[in-house]
Amino acid sequence: MTSAPRSQARPRSTATRRTPWLLRLAVAGGVVFLLAPLLIVVLYAFNTESATQTFPPPSLTLHWFSVAAHDGEIWRAFRLSVQVGLMATATALVLGTLAAAAIYRSRFFGRESVSFLILLPLALPGIITGIALRSAFNLAGVNFTIFTVAVGHATFCVVVVYNNVLARLRRSSASIVEASMDLGASGWQTFRYIVLPNLGTALLAGGMLAFALSFDEIIVTTFTAGSQRTLPLWIYDSLNRPRSRPVINVVAILVMAVTVLPILFAQRLTRREGGLNATR
Amino acid sequence: MAEASGGNGGAAVRFVGVTKRFGDVVAVDAIDLDVRDGEFFSMLGPSGSGKTTCLRMIGGFEQPTAGRIELQGVDVTRAAPYERDVNTVFQDYALFPHMTVSDNVGYGLKVRQVQKAERTRRVGEALELVQLTGFGARRPGQLSGGQRQRVALARALINRPRVLLLDEPLGALDLKLRQSMQVELKAIQREVEITFVFVTHDQEEALTMSDRIAVFNEGRIEQVGTPSEVYELPSSSFVAGFVGTSNILSGAVAEALVGSAAPISVRPEKIRLVAADATAEAGEVVAPGHVRDVLYLGVHTRYLVELDVGADLTVIEQNSSTAGARATRGQAVRAIWSRAANQSLSAGPSPAPRAAPAETQPVSAAQGESA
Repeated sequence: MTSAPRSQARPRSTATRRTPWLLRLAVAGGVVFLLAPLLIVVLYAFNTESATQTFPPPSLTLHWFSVAAHDGEIWRAFRLSVQVGLMATATALVLGTLAAAAIYRSRFFGRESVSFLILLPLALPGIITGIALRSAFNLAGVNFTIFTVAVGHATFCVVVVYNNVLARLRRSSASIVEASMDLGASGWQTFRYIVLPNLGTALLAGGMLAFALSFDEIIVTTFTAGSQRTLPLWIYDSLNRPRSRPVINVVAILVMAVTVLPILFAQRLTRREGGLNATR
Repeated sequence: MAEASGGNGGAAVRFVGVTKRFGDVVAVDAIDLDVRDGEFFSMLGPSGSGKTTCLRMIGGFEQPTAGRIELQGVDVTRAAPYERDVNTVFQDYALFPHMTVSDNVGYGLKVRQVQKAERTRRVGEALELVQLTGFGARRPGQLSGGQRQRVALARALINRPRVLLLDEPLGALDLKLRQSMQVELKAIQREVEITFVFVTHDQEEALTMSDRIAVFNEGRIEQVGTPSEVYELPSSSFVAGFVGTSNILSGAVAEALVGSAAPISVRPEKIRLVAADATAEAGEVVAPGHVRDVLYLGVHTRYLVELDVGADLTVIEQNSSTAGARATRGQAVRAIWSRAANQSLSAGPSPAPRAAPAETQPVSAAQGESA
């Protein structure tokens, strides 16, 4: 009895095992190609040699972390980046949600075009956005400050919030708002208990993605900043100073942490929601 | 007006000349309607007939273009949904996905600031009513379709509304579950003594559950009556065709068979088939023809008979005896039915969707209409 099913099972299992072997190799190669440079950055943050990069590093040290921690310029740049990120994210959350609600709920002339225009900045090369904003600010006589940088970032941050919220709205049953009103809830109660919680994770995920996008942005920042130097700009400027290369690596680790962690978290949030919704 | 329940008065819901237009489309066309307090009232009709729009106007989700809607004698035409003592079971249930079953059911109490202890007690009662005790901590995503349906029902009943609106709530369930829910809904309605207004396109469902039925067609009500009135005494060819199957005879065919060209309807189960040489009794209509098709359906057999006067007739006979001398294809037969089975239809030439066939023939003995 046992032999028959087993002999049937065997060819199938070897078939599934052998076919993707090459594919696996290719995938592994791709992943290594993408991740190895990141690992090198991490590794050389601990390098004792400051000017030259030999492999493997002669020995490892935590010295550069201490140097970075005591560098006031780095901290200023970091704080500025966080501020810009928060401002851009806040703007994106408000505008992106409102835009998504409008596109979802109403049918109006030019609706498709508006939707397209909202999505455009994500696809548009940063350099175009940057030049356009710079000329516009110049024409309007606006000084380049932290606010212009935040506005610049908000142009593409809006997109991710908009996309997340719109996707959530489309997956939710349109009648839950009616059901809430039907059960006696006022407009505010419906917003507070039904609409907001239902959008909650979409807003959180969108917000974190927006923050991550803003935090490591360099091109639009270059065009919209005055004397401000965000962390990515500081890194870029420092590349000309070979002596501080390990410090740059330390800062790069910081940028990675600040951007990757929220994205991971956002992904988990949306995935869990997806599972929940799939069973509805 | 041969309506069943005695008239202890007030209408739970009243439509006075209600019209609803969406752009150029007239969804509801000058409807007058009274739903009595405590009855199980069905709005039956094909999709697009205006029944759901009527329900949504009672709930306050749509505003009439013209006319007036009253609940318990109070004009609520312009009142917001949350100002009406009416709750709804939505077609897609519209459960709040981010809340547990208990929170869903208790939502109506929460937004009215009912105390927590009171809330817990009433949620428990409501869950018991729909046989979901013990499911309170689950989320809607973890429930089956039938269970979600019950949660939606419990949630809508918790505020003890004067009227409960149900928008095709059984449509998404499979046949077995649907039938058991029909019985259960009816039982719950008797228990809570709330007026139910039930929208469906399923005539069998409407006949099974309702105290009274309004048959909708193209934004108008064709007939209002008890299930047996609507079935036995259809007032139009639309009703005759939509509720059950009917043979509709009119014009020359009716003239030849019953002596008047006015349209009549005859239910297939009222007709019997006999041998071509058999004779009829007084007061019976005799229509000779031959059998074109025989469909054996277990409980009964359905025959399609081609009449000599040039019309098709559907005949249903119960398979009450095992052996049964059944008519066979091509056999010459006589279709016989009592003149009392002829139901005259008010002229309306509306097409009868499911009905087959027949042309016309006047039946003089048309039954008295239900006034």
